[in-house]
Amino acid sequence: MRRPLIRRLVRFAVSLAVLVLAAFAMIHLIPGDPVRASLGPAAPVELVETRRAALGLDLPPHEQLAAYVSGLVTGDMGTSFLTGEPVTAVIAARLPNTLALALLATVVALLAAVPLGMWAAVRTENGRNRGTEATFGSVTSAVVAIPEFLYAIALVAVFAIGLGLLPPAGKAGPESYLLPVLALALGPAAMIARIARVETLRVLGTDYVRLARAKRLPAARLHLRHVLPNTLTATLTLGGLLLGSLIAGSVLVEYVFAWPGLGGKIVEAITQKDYPVAQGVILVYGAIVLLVNLLVDVVLGVLDPTSAIKES
Amino acid sequence: MLRTPAAIAGAALAALMVVLAVIGPPIWGDAAELVNAGAILQGSSAAHPLGTDNLGRDLLARVLVAGRYSLQLALAAALIGASAGIVLGALPSVLPARAGRLVTGAVNALVAFPGLLLAMFTAVVAGLGARGAVLGIGAAIAPGFARLTQTLAASVSGADYVAAARMLRVPRHRILARHVLPNIAEPLILNLTQALGGALLGLAGMSFLGLGVQPPDYDWGRLLFDGFGRIYIHPEVALGPAAAIALAGIGFNLLGDALARRAARTPVRTPRSRQERPAAAADAGETEPGAVLDVAGLTVTFPSGVTPVRGVSLSVRPGEIVGLVGESGSGKSLTAAAVGGLVPYPGTVSHERLRLCGEDVANLSRKQLGTSLAMVFQDPMASLNPALKIGGQLAEVAVVHQGATREDARRRAVDRLGHVHLPEPEKQAARHPHQLSGGMRQRAVIAMGLMGDPKLIIADEPTTALDVTVQRQILRLLREVVEESGAGALFISHDIAVVGELCDRVVVMYAGRVVEELPVDRLADGAAHPYTRALISSLPDMDTDRALPLASIPGRQPAPAEVGAGCAFAPRCPLATGRCATDRPALEAHGHDHRVACWEAS
Repeated sequence: MRRPLIRRLVRFAVSLAVLVLAAFAMIHLIPGDPVRASLGPAAPVELVETRRAALGLDLPPHEQLAAYVSGLVTGDMGTSFLTGEPVTAVIAARLPNTLALALLATVVALLAAVPLGMWAAVRTENGRNRGTEATFGSVTSAVVAIPEFLYAIALVAVFAIGLGLLPPAGKAGPESYLLPVLALALGPAAMIARIARVETLRVLGTDYVRLARAKRLPAARLHLRHVLPNTLTATLTLGGLLLGSLIAGSVLVEYVFAWPGLGGKIVEAITQKDYPVAQGVILVYGAIVLLVNLLVDVVLGVLDPTSAIKES
Repeated sequence: MLRTPAAIAGAALAALMVVLAVIGPPIWGDAAELVNAGAILQGSSAAHPLGTDNLGRDLLARVLVAGRYSLQLALAAALIGASAGIVLGALPSVLPARAGRLVTGAVNALVAFPGLLLAMFTAVVAGLGARGAVLGIGAAIAPGFARLTQTLAASVSGADYVAAARMLRVPRHRILARHVLPNIAEPLILNLTQALGGALLGLAGMSFLGLGVQPPDYDWGRLLFDGFGRIYIHPEVALGPAAAIALAGIGFNLLGDALARRAARTPVRTPRSRQERPAAAADAGETEPGAVLDVAGLTVTFPSGVTPVRGVSLSVRPGEIVGLVGESGSGKSLTAAAVGGLVPYPGTVSHERLRLCGEDVANLSRKQLGTSLAMVFQDPMASLNPALKIGGQLAEVAVVHQGATREDARRRAVDRLGHVHLPEPEKQAARHPHQLSGGMRQRAVIAMGLMGDPKLIIADEPTTALDVTVQRQILRLLREVVEESGAGALFISHDIAVVGELCDRVVVMYAGRVVEELPVDRLADGAAHPYTRALISSLPDMDTDRALPLASIPGRQPAPAEVGAGCAFAPRCPLATGRCATDRPALEAHGHDHRVACWEAS
């Protein structure tokens, strides 16, 4: 139990270090002078020089890296080229909105998809109800294939512009969450439902379910107590990994709904060449993904008593 | 290969997109570039079904033309990603072990990283535009392909021809190039379609954010970017590019799914053949008074017309262990499943009589069935739920069927565990199944059957998966449990020696029917059916001449679909006559407690 956890933590630390290195390298990989690229050819030489000095670009690379890392530790990620705001403040103001959206979408997706997948599995076990199986398969793969920003646009067009039921953009009351969360959750929900079905079918075929059936347990007890826990390992692993991609998907959905989160900010930062902000936001996104994957592994270790053994 | 409707629809959509990419620009290219100052930013009209853009250009034409560029970019990104991925995935098998592990670790870390983040990273570095987006999406595809290459290469590396090449000291890069890569090329190419679909959507997303294709170039994502700004006034201008992206995405994904599945070589289901009515059951016999199990004319049929169990009749008395023997495929396990009501769909069970303790099973409640019937399966590793503690799995019978409180149920579970001689039952109850050995688990399963008030214990090859010394302990436990509880037991086994030792009576099955039923003391020298005798004589004993080959029965048992009109054993039977091939002998009395189905029985 202990050993895999420690190994997992080491892996997380290494990944995080690589991520920080990549974020640092990003600005240096930009061909030519990033400050000049950002300010444009018409900018006065003095301004470019001041900016370079402020960014520490005149120092030797290892000192820059040291400065960057110590800055990160003290919560200093530089200041925005555009507004002069500290990057940390920009992120702090917007991160909660992004997290709220992503977490809500994950919860909605799991709550909708796991029962749906289980239901489909029970109905299609051993090849009965071929029609249900075919419908489930094609609908979920079509839903998975459509990207979240198209859902977002369609939802805006229908519910906000067409019917005028819900706000088209921005974050106001609880109702403003409805469309963005739905747009984000649809694809992952279809994906999780597929996995949940396959996993449930696998578990339904095991001897321990046969034995549980021989005990004549009521259907609810059989499915909730004997089947569900054994399907959760794979389903949650995937759900966790999807949360990572969902965070990326939130960039597009936030953009459609003009959501005051990190997504809108990074698009603005990249188009306007506001490198410190872009660097900071990418670092935060990456760190969230790493953290989510770590959490999934730890939770799995607790949930599934056999996974600790499998790892060693 | 394209059997499902989804795969066909995917292939059709993908083909449509390719055709559009080829013919789009030559046909509608001029219309797409035609600037019309008199018709700027219009909505839908007869002349412009999808409206016009800020230079008065027809949006429908632009959507149709943009297909080529969208597809080209996606193809470029997919190829970049696939090539990089294949190199990354193949590296670990060429590099020294340590460096290889490093590459594998990096790939594993990157696989979990969302593609859009990588794409935004490269967009910052390479600047806005198609080049940065293609590189970024390509980079995002690479880890997945690397993982796939590794998995495939690992599966091929185990093959004999690779092992042989390794034995001949063929250099590793040569093994990779000559033996491994050619054999995994097909699945890799098939998976490229999926990557293409992913790249198309990824690039559309980047362009939609304004981070991909920049004017004057345009792809579908860029058109959507322009249209989205006008969605409040003319929602239809966003419709064209959105529909194009959605259709292309669905098409390539459905096709990619189907191809990837083919690459994984999942077996294809055979279509169901015609339904056949269950064969009329035969030889019902008389009701056996006082029997815990009384079965007559039990038949199991599958919709394909296969009937693996045909009119089986048998009975088990209280305190008696009846052995059900036969080769695999004789229908013995399915008979047990039918008695327990566990025949898997789409099998159907029919019977003339199926009584538990004198009561028709159809009239028994779940509670009665759940407490009076205990089942033990072959593999104790698989028959306990890995997610639940031993104690909880035992206790639930008492909670569900006997209305016990959790505490009472737990106490009884611990008591039952002690009863089957599990050391420290209190401790075992709090454990998960994986913490117990195979023999201990089989004891726990038997204890589970003892939670209720078992009248019949069905044990389906309960010792086959255990090692010999543990086998013996479990058999002794079964005997003990039966003697103590007065329950009857149906013991299914392919091992006639074990049956001879443990059971009181033996029922021999062949090709779905009972061919002989006799008391165990007559097994050694009183067996009447030639099949039973052949089974006995194929057992080696201390006097067997080891210079001679072991006795065996020539030929094989017919599959359920092959059984004809006569005696199923006739083709292998040394005593068979012409009559045996055409008329099936009924199961008839042959002395006390002894029945046999054979024309030539003596």
